[in-house]
Amino acid sequence: MSIIVTQLFNGVSLGSILLLIALGLAITFGLMNIINMAHGEFIMMGAYTTYVLQQVFIQYLPKAAFGYYFILAIPLSFLVAALFGLLMEKTVVRFLYERPLDSLLATWGVSLILQQVARSIFGAPNVAVVAPEWLNGGLTLAGMTFPYKRLFIVALVLMCIFLLFLYLYKTPSGRRMKAVTLNRDMASCLGVSTRRVDSTAFAIGSGFAGIAGCSLTLIGSIGPTLGTSYIVDAFMIVILGGIGKLKGTIIAALMLGVLSTFVELSTSATFAKVIVFAFIIIFLQWKPTGLVGAKVRALD
Amino acid sequence: MLSDFRIGLLAKFLCFAIIAVGISLIWGFTGIMSLGHGVFFGLGAYCMAMYLKLEASTSGVPDFMEWNGITELPIIWTMFKNPIFAIGSAILLPFLIAWIIGYFTFKNRIKGVFFSLISQAVVVVTVTLFIGSQQITGGTSGLTNFFTVFHVPLADPGTKSFLYFLTVSLLAIVMGIALILTKTRFGRLLIAIRDGENRLRFLGYNPAVFKVFIYALSAAFAGIAGALFVLQVGIITPEMMGIIPSIEMVLWVAIGGRHSILGAAIGAILTNSAKSFLSETYPEFWTIFLGGLFLLVVLYLPNGLVGIVEKFKVRFFKKEKKEEEKGATDSLVS
Repeated sequence: MSIIVTQLFNGVSLGSILLLIALGLAITFGLMNIINMAHGEFIMMGAYTTYVLQQVFIQYLPKAAFGYYFILAIPLSFLVAALFGLLMEKTVVRFLYERPLDSLLATWGVSLILQQVARSIFGAPNVAVVAPEWLNGGLTLAGMTFPYKRLFIVALVLMCIFLLFLYLYKTPSGRRMKAVTLNRDMASCLGVSTRRVDSTAFAIGSGFAGIAGCSLTLIGSIGPTLGTSYIVDAFMIVILGGIGKLKGTIIAALMLGVLSTFVELSTSATFAKVIVFAFIIIFLQWKPTGLVGAKVRALD
Repeated sequence: MLSDFRIGLLAKFLCFAIIAVGISLIWGFTGIMSLGHGVFFGLGAYCMAMYLKLEASTSGVPDFMEWNGITELPIIWTMFKNPIFAIGSAILLPFLIAWIIGYFTFKNRIKGVFFSLISQAVVVVTVTLFIGSQQITGGTSGLTNFFTVFHVPLADPGTKSFLYFLTVSLLAIVMGIALILTKTRFGRLLIAIRDGENRLRFLGYNPAVFKVFIYALSAAFAGIAGALFVLQVGIITPEMMGIIPSIEMVLWVAIGGRHSILGAAIGAILTNSAKSFLSETYPEFWTIFLGGLFLLVVLYLPNGLVGIVEKFKVRFFKKEKKEEEKGATDSLVS
């Protein structure tokens, strides 16, 4: 029983990180039909922002303040990744709307450049981020220990989702974004600046990747290729959930997280990847548009 | 005259050109972007490498297995003692696997970006499998240290030049097959799938059949290239079939011109020459250059180098201008 609960918890915490990564992709993919292969590099940016902030705290601030750097790192990594996302949207992505396959190639080019830049600045080997003191240890409940770090990540992701839904449903800007997702031409006719909505959406999506990178520093060391290892899983989640459906993305991420931790328990990590992938393919045979796929009558 | 080293490099690039021809068929002509051709290249290479490895290991068991304490040859390996089987499976195994993947994805009308991402996931899964099952595949270090093929030393200049000419002739054959396919009715069907799959469906065709076939065929080309690659370069590792090589293969075709068989082959050779030149001189610089190339080609040269040539053609032979321009806009729809 306790094994099942611990595994379930591990699955949820893995799923929540994947969810954070996939949310950004789901926004850009669903709204703008852009496959952003550089999304992984925004994760990396978030992680390195946290690292840099930590160094700054160690060097310039009194020791007592160190514990709070992580709280500051979360919004900062969002901002850094969002700014770079905005820049990329303005310089590259905007020329590629309606050319999804080409957007995939071009953004992959950007990702290569960013990786090399990170390697030149921070060096090829991984660097470690020291978690603040208050995140060490764990919560013991009925003989099971839940690490604070993972609990914190789950809470962080919950907060992000809450804020995203708040933004989408309660603010004028978020509503405009929803309008563009539902019907771009109609929204444009009604006076919504789709160009501006696109930029905002891209920035928000990239920002989420930044937060994901920030939270990944709690789990392991970070390196220039940090994003690459997560990006394929995140794309699978977006496909499994159904394009542009945030609800589907959330369910799919948790499903994949739990599934892979449980398969990993009974076999090996290698085999888990194969089984999870096979599961996705089989699932798509049954529901080609994903979990919450929209029925469309549009033809080319 | 080129040195042996350069000839070896050129032979390697010619192998890559064979893959590029296959990718041009499936991407440029059929509009399906596969990001997983590294897998098929790797499968072909591993099939050939297993045969070479068995010929190189005197005790009957490859050295890395001995290190892992395995004394009996696994069943998967025993079949590869037969060179005919090894060469046959280097071509047929990629063909079959692509057929299966293609059948399950194309039948359900999974297309466009979805297929690309799934093909990329196939790469991730295959690479983790190959790294994970170290006792059978040699893990991250892959298969290397081959000495003879058909009991002829691989390092022999005669063998080397024979392999070189074999590669050239196989490239010619593959290009011939591709050109014939694209010039016939079948080729026009492929282009029709690219430009309006549903319209083709309404005309009574089943696009899935054609897509599966062309995908499997291009995978077989990649397998052939892999087998030749191993013979010439003498090593195959899981990293060589990973995500980065797989996407790079698409770039070669994009640079050469995705809508032209010849352009794709030339693109593969040129890009790899540039790569080996740049990575010799500036090892750090190459990745940035590669990324920049992706950006430039996608943003400004959707038809690659062939596109530039065509533009010049239009400028100098104005009488064909109308058709050429029409063709250029048509081919932008992909």
